[in-house]
Amino acid sequence: MSGAKRVRAAPAAGSRWLLDHTRAISATLDQLARRPFGTLLTALVIGITLALPAGLYAVLGGLDAASSGLKGSLRVSLFLKDTVDEAAGRQLHATIARKPGIGEAKYISRDAALAEFKAHSGFGEALDMLSDNPLPATIVATPDAALPKAQAEALLDALTRLPEVDSARLDREWLERLYAILAVIERLILLIAGALALAVLVVVANTIRLDIASRREEILVLKLIGASDAFIRRPFLYTGLWYGLSGALLACLMVFGAGLALAGPAQTLSGLYGIGTGAGTLGVDTVFAVFGAGAALGWLAALWTVSRHLGAIEPR
Amino acid sequence: MSEALIRFSQVSYRYRDGGREILRDADFTLGHGEMAFLTGPSGAGKSTVLKLIALLERPVSGEITVDGQTLSALRPRAVPAYRRQFGMIFQNFALLPDRSVFDNVAMPLIIRGHSGDDIGRRVRAALDAVGLRGRERDWPVTLSGGEQQRVGIARAVVARPRLLIADEPTGNLDPAMAAEIMQLFGRFNEVGVSVLVATHALGLIRRLPHRILSLQDGQLVDDHGDAGSVS
Ligand SMILES: Nc1ncnc2c1ncn2[C@@H]1O[C@H](COP(=O)(O)OP(=O)(O)O)[C@@H](O)[C@H]1O
Ligand SMILES: [Mg+2]
Repeated sequence: MSGAKRVRAAPAAGSRWLLDHTRAISATLDQLARRPFGTLLTALVIGITLALPAGLYAVLGGLDAASSGLKGSLRVSLFLKDTVDEAAGRQLHATIARKPGIGEAKYISRDAALAEFKAHSGFGEALDMLSDNPLPATIVATPDAALPKAQAEALLDALTRLPEVDSARLDREWLERLYAILAVIERLILLIAGALALAVLVVVANTIRLDIASRREEILVLKLIGASDAFIRRPFLYTGLWYGLSGALLACLMVFGAGLALAGPAQTLSGLYGIGTGAGTLGVDTVFAVFGAGAALGWLAALWTVSRHLGAIEPR
Repeated sequence: MSEALIRFSQVSYRYRDGGREILRDADFTLGHGEMAFLTGPSGAGKSTVLKLIALLERPVSGEITVDGQTLSALRPRAVPAYRRQFGMIFQNFALLPDRSVFDNVAMPLIIRGHSGDDIGRRVRAALDAVGLRGRERDWPVTLSGGEQQRVGIARAVVARPRLLIADEPTGNLDPAMAAEIMQLFGRFNEVGVSVLVATHALGLIRRLPHRILSLQDGQLVDDHGDAGSVS
Protein backbone atom coordinates (compact mmCIF):
# COMPACT_ATOMS: atom_id res chain seq x y z
CA MET A 1 0.00 0.00 0.00
CA SER A 2 2.95 2.30 -0.48
CA GLY A 3 2.07 5.78 -1.72
CA ALA A 4 4.24 5.48 -4.80
CA LYS A 5 2.54 2.28 -5.87
CA ARG A 6 -0.92 3.64 -5.38
CA VAL A 7 -0.55 7.08 -6.87
CA ARG A 8 0.50 6.63 -10.46
CA ALA A 9 0.75 10.34 -11.26
CA ALA A 10 3.56 10.86 -8.75
CA PRO A 11 5.98 13.21 -10.54
CA ALA A 12 9.71 12.85 -11.24
CA ALA A 13 12.16 14.06 -8.60
CA GLY A 14 13.44 17.13 -10.45
CA SER A 15 10.12 18.58 -11.45
CA ARG A 16 8.79 17.60 -8.02
CA TRP A 17 11.49 19.72 -6.39
CA LEU A 18 10.72 22.67 -8.64
CA LEU A 19 6.99 22.32 -8.04
CA ASP A 20 7.39 22.11 -4.25
CA HIS A 21 9.55 25.21 -4.21
CA THR A 22 7.47 27.32 -6.59
CA ARG A 23 4.42 26.43 -4.49
CA ALA A 24 6.18 27.42 -1.29
CA ILE A 25 7.40 30.65 -2.87
CA SER A 26 4.01 31.74 -4.17
CA ALA A 27 2.24 30.66 -0.97
CA THR A 28 4.61 32.58 1.30
CA LEU A 29 4.61 35.71 -0.87
CA ASP A 30 0.83 35.50 -0.86
CA GLN A 31 0.73 35.26 2.93
CA LEU A 32 3.04 38.23 3.38
CA ALA A 33 1.05 40.29 0.89
CA ARG A 34 -2.14 39.52 2.79
CA ARG A 35 -0.84 41.40 5.83
CA PRO A 36 1.21 44.14 4.19
CA PHE A 37 1.46 46.34 7.29
CA GLY A 38 3.02 43.71 9.51
CA THR A 39 5.35 42.61 6.73
CA LEU A 40 6.45 46.17 6.04
CA LEU A 41 7.05 46.82 9.73
CA THR A 42 9.30 43.78 10.09
CA ALA A 43 11.11 44.61 6.86
CA LEU A 44 11.59 48.17 8.08
CA VAL A 45 13.18 47.06 11.35
CA ILE A 46 15.53 44.77 9.44
CA GLY A 47 16.12 47.52 6.88
CA ILE A 48 17.18 50.09 9.47
CA THR A 49 19.39 47.51 11.16
CA LEU A 50 21.13 46.67 7.90
CA ALA A 51 21.22 50.30 6.71
CA LEU A 52 23.38 51.44 9.61
CA PRO A 53 26.49 49.38 8.83
CA ALA A 54 25.88 49.72 5.08
CA GLY A 55 25.67 53.51 5.42
CA LEU A 56 28.77 53.68 7.59
CA TYR A 57 30.56 51.51 5.10
CA ALA A 58 29.54 53.83 2.26
CA VAL A 59 30.86 56.81 4.24
CA LEU A 60 34.09 54.93 4.84
CA GLY A 61 34.34 54.21 1.13
CA GLY A 62 33.89 57.90 0.50
CA LEU A 63 36.64 58.78 2.98
CA ASP A 64 38.90 56.25 1.35
CA ALA A 65 38.25 57.77 -2.05
CA ALA A 66 38.80 61.24 -0.62
CA SER A 67 42.06 60.21 0.99
CA SER A 68 43.44 59.16 -2.37
CA GLY A 69 42.98 62.79 -3.34
CA LEU A 70 45.34 63.61 -0.48
CA LYS A 71 48.23 61.63 -1.96
CA GLY A 72 49.69 65.00 -2.98
CA SER A 73 50.68 65.38 0.62
CA LEU A 74 52.89 62.32 0.27
CA ARG A 75 56.14 63.92 -0.82
CA VAL A 76 59.87 63.63 -0.37
CA SER A 77 62.52 66.29 0.21
CA LEU A 78 65.86 65.20 -1.27
CA PHE A 79 68.84 67.10 0.18
CA LEU A 80 71.67 66.98 -2.37
CA LYS A 81 75.33 66.46 -1.58
CA ASP A 82 77.54 69.59 -1.62
CA THR A 83 79.58 67.96 -4.38
CA VAL A 84 76.59 68.22 -6.69
CA ASP A 85 76.81 71.63 -8.33
CA GLU A 86 73.89 73.72 -9.51
CA ALA A 87 73.98 72.47 -13.12
CA ALA A 88 74.08 68.82 -12.03
CA GLY A 89 71.27 69.53 -9.53
CA ARG A 90 69.00 71.03 -12.19
CA GLN A 91 69.85 68.09 -14.46
CA LEU A 92 68.79 65.65 -11.72
CA HIS A 93 65.60 67.63 -11.13
CA ALA A 94 64.70 67.40 -14.82
CA THR A 95 65.33 63.62 -14.77
CA ILE A 96 63.17 63.12 -11.71
CA ALA A 97 60.40 65.32 -13.05
CA ARG A 98 60.22 63.16 -16.19
CA LYS A 99 60.05 59.90 -14.25
CA PRO A 100 56.73 58.05 -14.69
CA GLY A 101 54.65 58.29 -11.51
CA ILE A 102 56.08 61.64 -10.46
CA GLY A 103 53.43 64.31 -10.38
CA GLU A 104 55.54 67.31 -9.56
CA ALA A 105 59.16 68.09 -8.75
CA LYS A 106 60.61 71.38 -7.58
CA TYR A 107 64.27 72.38 -7.46
CA ILE A 108 65.37 74.70 -4.67
CA SER A 109 68.92 75.93 -5.19
CA ARG A 110 71.24 76.62 -2.25
CA ASP A 111 70.83 80.36 -2.78
CA ALA A 112 67.06 80.14 -2.99
CA ALA A 113 67.01 78.02 0.15
CA LEU A 114 69.12 80.54 2.00
CA ALA A 115 66.97 83.44 0.83
CA GLU A 116 63.83 81.65 1.96
CA PHE A 117 65.35 80.71 5.30
CA LYS A 118 66.43 84.30 5.89
CA ALA A 119 62.98 85.57 5.07
CA HIS A 120 61.16 83.13 7.35
CA SER A 121 63.47 82.22 10.19
CA GLY A 122 64.26 85.64 11.65
CA PHE A 123 67.96 84.71 11.74
CA GLY A 124 68.65 86.93 8.73
CA GLU A 125 71.43 89.06 10.32
CA ALA A 126 73.11 86.10 12.01
CA LEU A 127 73.31 84.17 8.80
CA ASP A 128 75.07 87.08 7.15
CA MET A 129 77.99 86.40 9.48
CA LEU A 130 78.52 82.94 8.01
CA SER A 131 81.05 82.88 5.24
CA ASP A 132 79.52 79.81 3.65
CA ASN A 133 75.92 78.95 2.81
CA PRO A 134 75.19 75.97 5.10
CA LEU A 135 71.99 74.94 3.33
CA PRO A 136 71.95 72.15 0.75
CA ALA A 137 70.19 72.27 -2.57
CA THR A 138 66.84 70.46 -2.38
CA ILE A 139 64.52 68.68 -4.77
CA VAL A 140 60.92 68.28 -3.52
CA ALA A 141 59.10 65.48 -5.38
CA THR A 142 55.41 64.59 -5.21
CA PRO A 143 53.98 61.40 -6.70
CA ASP A 144 51.20 61.37 -9.25
CA ALA A 145 47.82 61.51 -7.42
CA ALA A 146 46.60 58.52 -9.47
CA LEU A 147 49.42 56.29 -8.21
CA PRO A 148 48.39 53.75 -5.53
CA LYS A 149 49.79 54.44 -2.09
CA ALA A 150 52.22 51.51 -1.95
CA GLN A 151 53.71 52.24 -5.38
CA ALA A 152 54.05 55.93 -4.59
CA GLU A 153 55.94 55.10 -1.41
CA ALA A 154 58.22 52.69 -3.23
CA LEU A 155 58.97 55.31 -5.87
CA LEU A 156 59.87 57.96 -3.31
CA ASP A 157 61.99 55.46 -1.40
CA ALA A 158 63.95 54.76 -4.56
CA LEU A 159 64.60 58.47 -4.97
CA THR A 160 66.10 58.73 -1.50
CA ARG A 161 68.73 56.16 -2.49
CA LEU A 162 70.03 58.12 -5.51
CA PRO A 163 73.83 58.70 -5.31
CA GLU A 164 73.44 62.49 -5.50
CA VAL A 165 71.21 62.49 -2.44
CA ASP A 166 72.85 63.17 0.92
CA SER A 167 69.80 62.74 3.08
CA ALA A 168 66.05 62.75 2.58
CA ARG A 169 62.82 63.31 4.48
CA LEU A 170 59.50 61.66 3.65
CA ASP A 171 56.44 63.76 4.54
CA ARG A 172 53.90 61.06 5.06
CA GLU A 173 53.25 60.93 8.75
CA TRP A 174 49.82 62.45 8.80
CA LEU A 175 48.73 60.39 5.82
CA GLU A 176 49.80 57.30 7.73
CA ARG A 177 47.75 58.58 10.62
CA LEU A 178 44.72 59.01 8.37
CA TYR A 179 45.08 55.45 7.09
CA ALA A 180 45.38 54.17 10.65
CA ILE A 181 42.21 56.02 11.63
CA LEU A 182 40.37 54.61 8.62
CA ALA A 183 41.49 51.11 9.58
CA VAL A 184 40.16 51.60 13.11
CA ILE A 185 36.85 52.91 11.76
CA GLU A 186 36.59 49.93 9.43
CA ARG A 187 37.14 47.54 12.32
CA LEU A 188 34.56 49.44 14.36
CA ILE A 189 32.02 49.16 11.56
CA LEU A 190 32.65 45.41 11.41
CA LEU A 191 31.94 45.15 15.13
CA ILE A 192 28.77 47.22 14.81
CA ALA A 193 27.72 45.13 11.81
CA GLY A 194 28.23 41.96 13.83
CA ALA A 195 26.07 43.22 16.67
CA LEU A 196 23.38 44.39 14.27
CA ALA A 197 23.46 41.06 12.40
CA LEU A 198 22.60 39.46 15.71
CA ALA A 199 19.71 41.92 16.03
CA VAL A 200 18.43 40.93 12.57
CA LEU A 201 18.62 37.27 13.57
CA VAL A 202 16.58 37.92 16.68
CA VAL A 203 13.96 40.04 14.88
CA VAL A 204 13.40 37.46 12.14
CA ALA A 205 13.51 34.54 14.58
CA ASN A 206 10.88 36.16 16.78
CA THR A 207 8.63 36.97 13.82
CA ILE A 208 8.88 33.39 12.55
CA ARG A 209 8.24 32.07 16.05
CA LEU A 210 4.97 34.03 16.22
CA ASP A 211 4.16 32.83 12.71
CA ILE A 212 4.64 29.22 13.79
CA ALA A 213 2.51 29.74 16.89
CA SER A 214 -0.32 31.29 14.87
CA ARG A 215 -0.25 28.39 12.41
CA ARG A 216 -0.10 25.65 15.00
CA GLU A 217 -3.40 24.09 13.89
CA GLU A 218 -2.29 23.98 10.29
CA ILE A 219 1.00 22.34 11.25
CA LEU A 220 -0.86 19.71 13.30
CA VAL A 221 -3.19 18.89 10.42
CA LEU A 222 -0.27 18.74 7.99
CA LYS A 223 1.56 16.30 10.25
CA LEU A 224 -1.59 14.20 10.62
CA ILE A 225 -2.05 13.84 6.89
CA GLY A 226 1.59 12.87 6.46
CA ALA A 227 3.40 16.01 5.35
CA SER A 228 7.17 15.59 5.62
CA ASP A 229 9.20 17.78 7.97
CA ALA A 230 10.84 19.40 4.94
CA PHE A 231 7.43 20.30 3.53
CA ILE A 232 6.28 21.86 6.80
CA ARG A 233 9.56 23.71 7.28
CA ARG A 234 9.86 25.09 3.75
CA PRO A 235 7.35 27.98 3.89
CA PHE A 236 8.91 29.30 7.12
CA LEU A 237 12.39 29.25 5.60
CA TYR A 238 11.12 31.17 2.58
CA THR A 239 9.33 33.64 4.84
CA GLY A 240 12.62 34.28 6.64
CA LEU A 241 14.34 34.73 3.30
CA TRP A 242 11.70 37.26 2.15
CA TYR A 243 12.01 39.24 5.37
CA GLY A 244 15.79 39.38 4.92
CA LEU A 245 15.62 40.37 1.27
CA SER A 246 12.91 43.00 1.73
CA GLY A 247 14.88 44.42 4.66
CA ALA A 248 17.97 44.55 2.44
CA LEU A 249 16.02 46.37 -0.26
CA LEU A 250 14.79 48.96 2.23
CA ALA A 251 18.30 49.32 3.67
CA CYS A 252 19.74 50.04 0.21
CA LEU A 253 16.99 52.57 -0.49
CA MET A 254 17.65 54.28 2.84
CA VAL A 255 21.40 54.49 2.28
CA PHE A 256 20.87 55.63 -1.29
CA GLY A 257 18.43 58.31 -0.10
CA ALA A 258 20.85 59.45 2.61
CA GLY A 259 23.60 59.59 -0.01
CA LEU A 260 21.46 61.87 -2.16
CA ALA A 261 20.66 64.10 0.81
CA LEU A 262 24.37 64.36 1.67
CA ALA A 263 25.57 64.81 -1.91
CA GLY A 264 25.40 68.64 -1.82
CA PRO A 265 27.30 69.22 1.43
CA ALA A 266 29.80 66.49 0.54
CA GLN A 267 30.50 68.20 -2.76
CA THR A 268 31.16 71.48 -0.97
CA LEU A 269 33.45 69.75 1.50
CA SER A 270 35.48 67.99 -1.16
CA GLY A 271 35.63 71.24 -3.11
CA LEU A 272 37.07 73.02 -0.08
CA TYR A 273 39.80 70.46 0.38
CA GLY A 274 40.42 69.91 -3.30
CA ILE A 275 40.08 66.19 -2.84
CA GLY A 276 38.19 63.37 -4.50
CA THR A 277 34.39 63.21 -4.52
CA GLY A 278 32.16 60.18 -4.05
CA ALA A 279 31.59 60.36 -0.30
CA GLY A 280 28.47 58.41 0.72
CA THR A 281 27.66 56.65 -2.54
CA LEU A 282 26.54 53.02 -2.40
CA GLY A 283 28.94 50.74 -4.25
CA VAL A 284 27.72 47.69 -6.15
CA ASP A 285 29.71 45.45 -3.82
CA THR A 286 28.03 47.02 -0.80
CA VAL A 287 24.60 46.43 -2.37
CA PHE A 288 25.51 42.79 -2.95
CA ALA A 289 26.83 42.48 0.58
CA VAL A 290 23.62 43.95 2.05
CA PHE A 291 21.39 41.62 0.03
CA GLY A 292 23.61 38.65 0.78
CA ALA A 293 23.65 39.43 4.49
CA GLY A 294 19.88 40.02 4.55
CA ALA A 295 19.12 36.76 2.75
CA ALA A 296 21.54 34.69 4.80
CA LEU A 297 20.44 36.16 8.14
CA GLY A 298 16.72 35.80 7.35
CA TRP A 299 17.12 32.22 6.23
CA LEU A 300 19.37 31.25 9.13
CA ALA A 301 17.05 32.86 11.66
CA ALA A 302 14.12 30.93 10.20
CA LEU A 303 16.09 27.68 10.21
CA TRP A 304 17.09 28.24 13.81
CA THR A 305 13.52 28.99 14.93
CA VAL A 306 11.97 26.17 12.95
CA SER A 307 14.39 23.61 14.36
CA ARG A 308 13.62 24.85 17.86
CA HIS A 309 9.83 25.01 17.63
CA LEU A 310 8.42 22.72 14.92
CA GLY A 311 9.42 19.53 16.69
CA ALA A 312 7.35 20.52 19.71
CA ILE A 313 4.17 20.62 17.64
CA GLU A 314 3.15 16.98 17.43
CA PRO A 315 -0.42 15.69 17.03
CA ARG A 316 -1.63 13.73 20.05
CA MET B 1 -3.37 -12.26 0.68
CA SER B 2 -4.28 -13.98 3.90
CA GLU B 3 -2.27 -11.33 5.75
CA ALA B 4 -4.64 -8.88 7.40
CA LEU B 5 -4.51 -5.15 6.63
CA ILE B 6 -4.35 -4.25 10.31
CA ARG B 7 -3.20 -6.72 12.96
CA PHE B 8 -2.90 -6.12 16.71
CA SER B 9 -0.97 -8.90 18.51
CA GLN B 10 -0.96 -8.85 22.30
CA VAL B 11 -1.00 -5.05 22.36
CA SER B 12 -0.96 -3.28 25.69
CA TYR B 13 -1.15 0.43 26.18
CA ARG B 14 -1.42 2.95 28.97
CA TYR B 15 -0.76 6.68 28.84
CA ARG B 16 2.55 7.69 30.33
CA ASP B 17 0.95 9.84 33.02
CA GLY B 18 -0.37 6.71 34.71
CA GLY B 19 -4.01 5.72 34.78
CA ARG B 20 -5.44 2.35 33.93
CA GLU B 21 -4.35 0.09 31.12
CA ILE B 22 -6.47 0.96 28.08
CA LEU B 23 -5.43 -2.10 26.09
CA ARG B 24 -4.31 -5.31 27.76
CA ASP B 25 -2.83 -7.97 25.47
CA ALA B 26 -5.44 -7.08 22.88
CA ASP B 27 -5.70 -8.93 19.56
CA PHE B 28 -7.69 -7.95 16.52
CA THR B 29 -7.46 -7.95 12.74
CA LEU B 30 -9.07 -5.97 9.99
CA GLY B 31 -8.99 -7.69 6.60
CA HIS B 32 -8.27 -6.10 3.26
CA GLY B 33 -11.44 -4.44 1.96
CA GLU B 34 -13.22 -4.88 5.28
CA MET B 35 -15.27 -2.22 7.04
CA ALA B 36 -15.67 -2.26 10.81
CA PHE B 37 -17.05 -0.04 13.55
CA LEU B 38 -15.10 0.28 16.75
CA THR B 39 -17.47 0.92 19.65
CA GLY B 40 -17.41 1.18 23.36
CA PRO B 41 -18.41 3.69 26.00
CA SER B 42 -16.82 7.09 26.10
CA GLY B 43 -13.34 6.81 27.57
CA ALA B 44 -13.02 3.12 26.66
CA GLY B 45 -10.03 3.87 24.45
CA LYS B 46 -11.44 3.96 20.89
CA SER B 47 -9.46 7.07 19.95
CA THR B 48 -6.38 5.54 21.53
CA VAL B 49 -6.65 2.49 19.25
CA LEU B 50 -6.79 4.76 16.20
CA LYS B 51 -3.84 6.80 17.52
CA LEU B 52 -1.84 3.59 17.81
CA ILE B 53 -2.62 2.76 14.19
CA ALA B 54 -1.72 6.29 13.04
CA LEU B 55 1.53 6.18 15.06
CA LEU B 56 0.46 9.10 17.22
CA GLU B 57 1.21 6.76 20.12
CA ARG B 58 3.28 3.61 20.34
CA PRO B 59 2.22 0.54 22.31
CA VAL B 60 3.83 -0.34 25.62
CA SER B 61 4.07 -3.95 24.49
CA GLY B 62 2.82 -6.14 21.67
CA GLU B 63 3.02 -5.67 17.94
CA ILE B 64 0.93 -3.76 15.40
CA THR B 65 1.31 -4.42 11.69
CA VAL B 66 -0.40 -2.40 8.98
CA ASP B 67 -0.29 -3.79 5.44
CA GLY B 68 2.71 -5.92 6.37
CA GLN B 69 4.66 -3.09 8.01
CA THR B 70 5.67 -3.62 11.60
CA LEU B 71 5.04 -0.25 13.22
CA SER B 72 7.61 -0.63 15.97
CA ALA B 73 10.27 -0.90 13.25
CA LEU B 74 9.33 2.43 11.63
CA ARG B 75 11.76 5.24 12.39
CA PRO B 76 10.38 8.73 13.13
CA ARG B 77 11.58 9.95 9.73
CA ALA B 78 9.47 7.28 8.03
CA VAL B 79 6.29 8.24 9.88
CA PRO B 80 5.03 10.93 7.43
CA ALA B 81 5.32 8.52 4.48
CA TYR B 82 3.55 5.87 6.56
CA ARG B 83 0.68 8.26 7.37
CA ARG B 84 0.28 9.12 3.69
CA GLN B 85 -0.91 5.55 3.15
CA PHE B 86 -4.30 6.11 4.74
CA GLY B 87 -6.93 8.81 5.05
CA MET B 88 -7.91 10.14 8.46
CA ILE B 89 -11.20 11.73 9.44
CA PHE B 90 -11.81 13.58 12.68
CA GLN B 91 -14.75 14.45 14.90
CA ASN B 92 -13.94 18.17 14.68
CA PHE B 93 -13.29 17.90 10.91
CA ALA B 94 -9.79 19.47 11.30
CA LEU B 95 -10.26 21.75 8.27
CA LEU B 96 -8.13 24.84 7.83
CA PRO B 97 -10.47 27.83 8.14
CA ASP B 98 -8.30 30.21 6.11
CA ARG B 99 -8.34 27.97 3.06
CA SER B 100 -11.06 27.30 0.54
CA VAL B 101 -12.77 23.93 0.29
CA PHE B 102 -10.66 23.24 -2.79
CA ASP B 103 -7.38 24.04 -1.03
CA ASN B 104 -8.35 21.94 2.00
CA VAL B 105 -9.09 18.90 -0.15
CA ALA B 106 -6.01 19.51 -2.31
CA MET B 107 -3.62 19.43 0.66
CA PRO B 108 -2.81 15.70 0.60
CA LEU B 109 -2.00 16.00 -3.11
CA ILE B 110 0.15 19.09 -2.59
CA ILE B 111 2.25 17.36 0.07
CA ARG B 112 2.70 14.52 -2.45
CA GLY B 113 3.84 16.97 -5.12
CA HIS B 114 1.10 16.42 -7.69
CA SER B 115 0.83 18.79 -10.63
CA GLY B 116 -1.85 21.47 -10.76
CA ASP B 117 -3.95 19.81 -13.48
CA ASP B 118 -3.91 16.51 -11.69
CA ILE B 119 -4.91 18.17 -8.43
CA GLY B 120 -7.82 19.95 -10.10
CA ARG B 121 -9.19 16.73 -11.53
CA ARG B 122 -8.78 14.69 -8.38
CA VAL B 123 -10.20 17.33 -6.04
CA ARG B 124 -13.30 17.74 -8.22
CA ALA B 125 -13.73 13.97 -8.36
CA ALA B 126 -13.41 13.68 -4.57
CA LEU B 127 -15.88 16.52 -3.96
CA ASP B 128 -18.22 14.91 -6.46
CA ALA B 129 -17.99 11.62 -4.58
CA VAL B 130 -19.05 13.26 -1.30
CA GLY B 131 -21.84 15.28 -2.95
CA LEU B 132 -20.14 18.68 -2.83
CA ARG B 133 -19.74 19.30 -6.54
CA GLY B 134 -19.30 23.00 -7.31
CA ARG B 135 -18.46 24.03 -3.73
CA GLU B 136 -14.71 24.39 -4.37
CA ARG B 137 -14.63 28.15 -3.82
CA ASP B 138 -16.60 28.08 -0.54
CA TRP B 139 -14.98 28.64 2.84
CA PRO B 140 -15.30 25.94 5.50
CA VAL B 141 -17.12 28.24 7.95
CA THR B 142 -19.92 28.84 5.45
CA LEU B 143 -20.71 25.11 5.37
CA SER B 144 -22.96 23.10 7.68
CA GLY B 145 -21.39 20.52 10.00
CA GLY B 146 -22.35 17.67 7.68
CA GLU B 147 -20.89 19.49 4.71
CA GLN B 148 -17.67 20.21 6.59
CA GLN B 149 -17.33 16.52 7.44
CA ARG B 150 -17.86 15.72 3.75
CA VAL B 151 -14.96 18.03 2.97
CA GLY B 152 -12.96 16.14 5.60
CA ILE B 153 -13.86 12.84 3.92
CA ALA B 154 -13.02 14.23 0.47
CA ARG B 155 -9.61 15.24 1.83
CA ALA B 156 -9.13 11.73 3.25
CA VAL B 157 -9.99 9.96 -0.01
CA VAL B 158 -8.51 12.37 -2.55
CA ALA B 159 -5.17 10.54 -2.72
CA ARG B 160 -7.08 7.23 -3.07
CA PRO B 161 -5.81 5.41 0.03
CA ARG B 162 -6.68 1.78 0.68
CA LEU B 163 -7.63 2.48 4.28
CA LEU B 164 -9.81 5.14 5.92
CA ILE B 165 -9.67 5.74 9.66
CA ALA B 166 -12.37 7.88 11.22
CA ASP B 167 -12.66 8.96 14.86
CA GLU B 168 -16.25 9.81 15.86
CA PRO B 169 -16.92 11.28 12.41
CA THR B 170 -20.57 11.89 13.29
CA GLY B 171 -20.01 13.07 16.85
CA ASN B 172 -20.81 16.66 15.99
CA LEU B 173 -23.65 15.96 13.57
CA ASP B 174 -27.41 15.56 13.93
CA PRO B 175 -28.79 12.00 13.38
CA ALA B 176 -29.90 12.51 9.77
CA MET B 177 -26.53 13.89 8.72
CA ALA B 178 -24.77 11.21 10.75
CA ALA B 179 -26.61 8.46 8.87
CA GLU B 180 -25.66 10.00 5.54
CA ILE B 181 -22.00 10.15 6.51
CA MET B 182 -22.01 6.48 7.60
CA GLN B 183 -23.61 5.54 4.27
CA LEU B 184 -20.86 7.47 2.51
CA PHE B 185 -18.23 5.32 4.25
CA GLY B 186 -20.18 2.26 3.11
CA ARG B 187 -19.99 3.45 -0.49
CA PHE B 188 -16.21 3.86 -0.35
CA ASN B 189 -15.99 0.39 1.17
CA GLU B 190 -18.01 -1.00 -1.75
CA VAL B 191 -15.28 0.13 -4.15
CA GLY B 192 -12.62 -1.67 -2.14
CA VAL B 193 -11.47 0.80 0.52
CA SER B 194 -10.99 -0.67 3.99
CA VAL B 195 -12.68 1.42 6.66
CA LEU B 196 -12.34 1.56 10.44
CA VAL B 197 -14.75 3.95 12.17
CA ALA B 198 -14.62 4.61 15.92
CA THR B 199 -18.02 5.65 17.20
CA HIS B 200 -20.16 5.30 20.30
CA ALA B 201 -23.36 5.84 18.27
CA LEU B 202 -24.47 2.21 18.51
CA GLY B 203 -28.03 3.01 17.56
CA LEU B 204 -26.83 4.38 14.26
CA ILE B 205 -24.65 1.44 13.27
CA ARG B 206 -26.72 -1.51 14.50
CA ARG B 207 -28.82 -1.30 11.34
CA LEU B 208 -25.76 -1.29 9.05
CA PRO B 209 -24.38 -4.57 7.64
CA HIS B 210 -20.83 -4.05 8.91
CA ARG B 211 -18.72 -5.73 11.53
CA ILE B 212 -18.84 -4.20 14.99
CA LEU B 213 -15.87 -4.41 17.34
CA SER B 214 -16.39 -3.57 20.97
CA LEU B 215 -13.69 -2.27 23.26
CA GLN B 216 -14.26 -3.70 26.75
CA ASP B 217 -11.83 -4.11 29.63
CA GLY B 218 -8.81 -3.57 27.41
CA GLN B 219 -9.93 -6.19 24.88
CA LEU B 220 -11.26 -5.83 21.34
CA VAL B 221 -14.11 -8.30 20.85
CA ASP B 222 -16.56 -8.85 18.05
CA ASP B 223 -20.00 -7.65 19.06
CA HIS B 224 -22.75 -9.82 17.62
CA GLY B 225 -25.55 -7.71 18.99
CA ASP B 226 -26.31 -9.93 21.99
CA ALA B 227 -24.63 -7.55 24.47
CA GLY B 228 -27.03 -4.87 23.29
CA SER B 229 -25.97 -2.23 25.75
CA VAL B 230 -25.99 1.31 24.38
CA SER B 231 -23.83 3.57 26.48
N1 LIG C 1 -3.25 12.21 26.02
C1 LIG C 1 -3.75 11.51 27.05
N2 LIG C 1 -3.05 11.43 28.21
C2 LIG C 1 -3.54 10.71 29.26
N3 LIG C 1 -4.69 10.07 29.23
C3 LIG C 1 -5.45 10.11 28.12
C4 LIG C 1 -5.01 10.83 26.98
N4 LIG C 1 -5.96 10.70 26.01
C5 LIG C 1 -6.92 9.94 26.54
N5 LIG C 1 -6.62 9.59 27.79
C6 LIG C 1 -7.42 8.70 28.66
O1 LIG C 1 -7.44 7.43 28.07
C7 LIG C 1 -8.74 6.86 28.14
C8 LIG C 1 -9.24 6.50 26.75
O2 LIG C 1 -9.40 7.70 25.99
P1 LIG C 1 -9.93 7.69 24.50
O3 LIG C 1 -9.11 6.76 23.71
O4 LIG C 1 -10.00 9.08 24.04
O5 LIG C 1 -11.39 7.07 24.69
P2 LIG C 1 -12.62 7.11 23.68
O6 LIG C 1 -12.16 7.62 22.37
O7 LIG C 1 -13.09 5.71 23.65
O8 LIG C 1 -13.64 7.99 24.31
C9 LIG C 1 -9.62 7.87 28.86
O9 LIG C 1 -9.70 7.49 30.21
C10 LIG C 1 -8.86 9.15 28.70
O10 LIG C 1 -9.08 9.98 29.82
MG1 LIG D 1 -12.63 9.33 21.29
